Amino acid sequence: MTLIQRRKLTNLMALGLSLLAMGFGLFWLGWILLTVLQQGLAGLSINLFTQMTPPPGAADGGLLNALVGSVLMVSLATMVGTPIGILAGIYLAEYGQKSWLGSATRYVNDLLLSAPSIVIGLFVWTLVVSRMQTYSGWAGIAALSLIVVPVVVRTTENMLLLVPDSLREAAFALGAPKYKVTTSVVLRAARSGVITGILLAVARIGGETAPLLFTSLSSQFWSMDLGQPIASLPVMISQFAMSPFPEWQQIAWAGVLITTLGVLMLNILARTYFRQKN
Amino acid sequence: MSDSKDVHIEFRDFNFYYGRSRALHNINLPIARRKVTAFIGPSGCGKSTLLRSINRMFDLYPEQRAEGRLLVDGVNVLDPGTDPTTLRARVGMVFQKPTPFPMSIYENIAFGVRLHESLTRAEMDERVEWALNKAALWDEVKDKLHASGSSLSGGQQQRLCIARGVAVKPEVLLLDEPTSALDPISTMRIEELIDELKNEFTIVIVTHNMQQAARISDNTAYMYLGELVEYGITDQIFIKPQKKATEDYITGRFG
Amino acid sequence: MDASLAVSKDDAQTGGQWPPVVEGSGEATRKRVSSWQDAGFAWLVRLVAVFVLVAMSGIVIALVYDAWPVLNAFGLDFLISSEWNPPMDRYGALVLIYGTLVTSAIALFIAVPVSFGIAIFLTELSPAWLRRPLGTAIELLAAIPSIVYGMWGLLVFAPVFATHVQPLLASTLGKIPFLGVLFSGPPLGIGLLTAGIVLAIMIIPFIASVMRDVFEITPPMIRESAYGLGCTTWEVVWRIVLPYSKTGVVGGVMLGLGRALGETMAVTFVIGNTSFLTSPSLFMPGNSATSAIANEFAEAAPGLHTSALIGLALMLFLITLVVLMISRFMLSRMKKH
Repeated sequence: MTLIQRRKLTNLMALGLSLLAMGFGLFWLGWILLTVLQQGLAGLSINLFTQMTPPPGAADGGLLNALVGSVLMVSLATMVGTPIGILAGIYLAEYGQKSWLGSATRYVNDLLLSAPSIVIGLFVWTLVVSRMQTYSGWAGIAALSLIVVPVVVRTTENMLLLVPDSLREAAFALGAPKYKVTTSVVLRAARSGVITGILLAVARIGGETAPLLFTSLSSQFWSMDLGQPIASLPVMISQFAMSPFPEWQQIAWAGVLITTLGVLMLNILARTYFRQKN
Repeated sequence: MSDSKDVHIEFRDFNFYYGRSRALHNINLPIARRKVTAFIGPSGCGKSTLLRSINRMFDLYPEQRAEGRLLVDGVNVLDPGTDPTTLRARVGMVFQKPTPFPMSIYENIAFGVRLHESLTRAEMDERVEWALNKAALWDEVKDKLHASGSSLSGGQQQRLCIARGVAVKPEVLLLDEPTSALDPISTMRIEELIDELKNEFTIVIVTHNMQQAARISDNTAYMYLGELVEYGITDQIFIKPQKKATEDYITGRFG
Repeated sequence: MDASLAVSKDDAQTGGQWPPVVEGSGEATRKRVSSWQDAGFAWLVRLVAVFVLVAMSGIVIALVYDAWPVLNAFGLDFLISSEWNPPMDRYGALVLIYGTLVTSAIALFIAVPVSFGIAIFLTELSPAWLRRPLGTAIELLAAIPSIVYGMWGLLVFAPVFATHVQPLLASTLGKIPFLGVLFSGPPLGIGLLTAGIVLAIMIIPFIASVMRDVFEITPPMIRESAYGLGCTTWEVVWRIVLPYSKTGVVGGVMLGLGRALGETMAVTFVIGNTSFLTSPSLFMPGNSATSAIANEFAEAAPGLHTSALIGLALMLFLITLVVLMISRFMLSRMKKH
């Protein structure tokens, strides 16, 4: 075999393996999504949305309380975390770009972004649950907010930095004060990116289980009282999935379908929205 | 100087620094009220820096600073006591590339006005129309005032930016190579506009385009390497420059 | 040019003294720009930034505070003893640390080459119109909640793995001297190897997308000149693109490792949850720091057990921090290129 033939063969093999790797990745995605669809659709029924989760011993039930608990906690956590994240992102991009505080916050934020979520759950447990002597919806919201903040900070900063300086200068040239330039012009120009970041943050906390295990815990009952333990979809799924009853597993699969579809939809929505706006 | 009685802006012993390096050396330059003054010179000669000093744009960048005096109507605006936002209300600016804000055409113009004045809805409508008329854009956009500013063509966007600057009712308009990103027809329209606007505003324009300077300006300053080489009535600068360096640049032997 | 001819109504208003003299209707309404609003906003954003900073330091402080009892009671034994025995109040985290490290190592062993292949495919091979959908598909793997991985891993993947894959591994890799021990024992489906594989699937999107991004940073000029010399695609990737982007690649791998170390739900479902390690086989069930916390914390008695679990979290957090710091350092060096 000549040198050139050997080189071409190596090339072919390497590229073949690369194709295989791509297939490997898609294979898992396909398998997981297919399972979720199959099992989830089988478990889907109107009861899920009208009945509470079954108490121990009972077979049928739904997920109503868990769904409501999840929606409640996720929306409140987004409402708490988003403004904090946007303001801190504004600080990083517009005010403290090179300052000591800016660099430190940026660094810490990036670490927080990838920190294990269970650690955040325990942190909130030490601060809130162990002090208040009770698991509560508020504790769950605090934990989820702490996950929202770094995601929003990162995207906000990135998106603000993409806004060309000429736009800032043009606003300053009109005599606008800095806060006005930042909030009315720069933030507005970066709006679609920031919204994308928020959507991604919601998708992220929508499926989070670990930080809720020791904060909001769970509950079998209908409850909107955030001062008490409250049910959530992911925690319900984890409890029912491990249970020996097929009926409960069925409910868990349906829950998985709802969660996965919701989270993936949010992801795709965020991406297409961002692409269209840019 | 043709009209030294009515000096609007004046640089006196003006120096400008980027960090440690000095970008402008001892500039002394009076700018006449309601005339068009052009800054010309090769890239990097400091003409844009000089222009951007007039509305203290350098305040945005900590490493940049100015020394000397810059008088607007006889008052030194480099004094720390001068509020740059108020200064910028009186000195409008248009940039190399169109910079429409991410909002509607109407809001683009109203944004600047609201910063400095509280107008009723009707007054604001009137002001927006007035500004768009000044910028010769009204007829083209009057039916789509609430469309996004970035939906306009490049030339229209630049006229929108001029309208935005004019709407605040400044006394001075700074134009930093306003046509460098535009096609010849849009450029022509902007030049006609400048000719109109000088009846009401003191206009200072930086341009790369020699013919443009000759066509539209009353006075011309030729700068080189951060120094003011020659300054005078445009016709004289172009027809009979006093200095050899100016002549070389204008006739294209250099630059 | 006679200036006086050009004077209009507007000029009479604006062409005044400096600072502006209030006269005429336009000037009368001119607002004083309130500098306190500007300063207030600057303080607000700074305050919020401080809050983010404090939250992070707060995590470490709170964890150290609550883990103190167990660190005080066991000292270094907390890390090097393999006895994790809540009923007897003995807490040595070695088996849990081992579980965390082994599953993460397996995950990297699988995910790194696969991600490399995916990144090559996306940057060099894929037709342009397929690039975005395929890239998105891989990134969606990261969007699937970990609880879904866990449930799928336990109820779907583990049984298939036990009946089809594990016997195959035992009869091939299991026969290799020394190395074979790792692939011996009963095919249970759940265990360290299963957890490692599920983790691998979960971190592939993170590593692959970083690799793709850093590959794309390679200047087209460099790439083109290599092709111009007659390099094959593989040679361009291996000799030009990879060396050019190697710090970024390491950064991406570290990011994936950080994810793997801290992953909780998926691992908890499939690792088997036993804190006794009897054989070096990867088929055996084990336990990881995160799954021990997830399983035991809600029922842990106040006192040493709770403190020990918080100690685990602290240790995990510190390890992840170091890994993420390395990742960030590598990626920031990449950006400076």
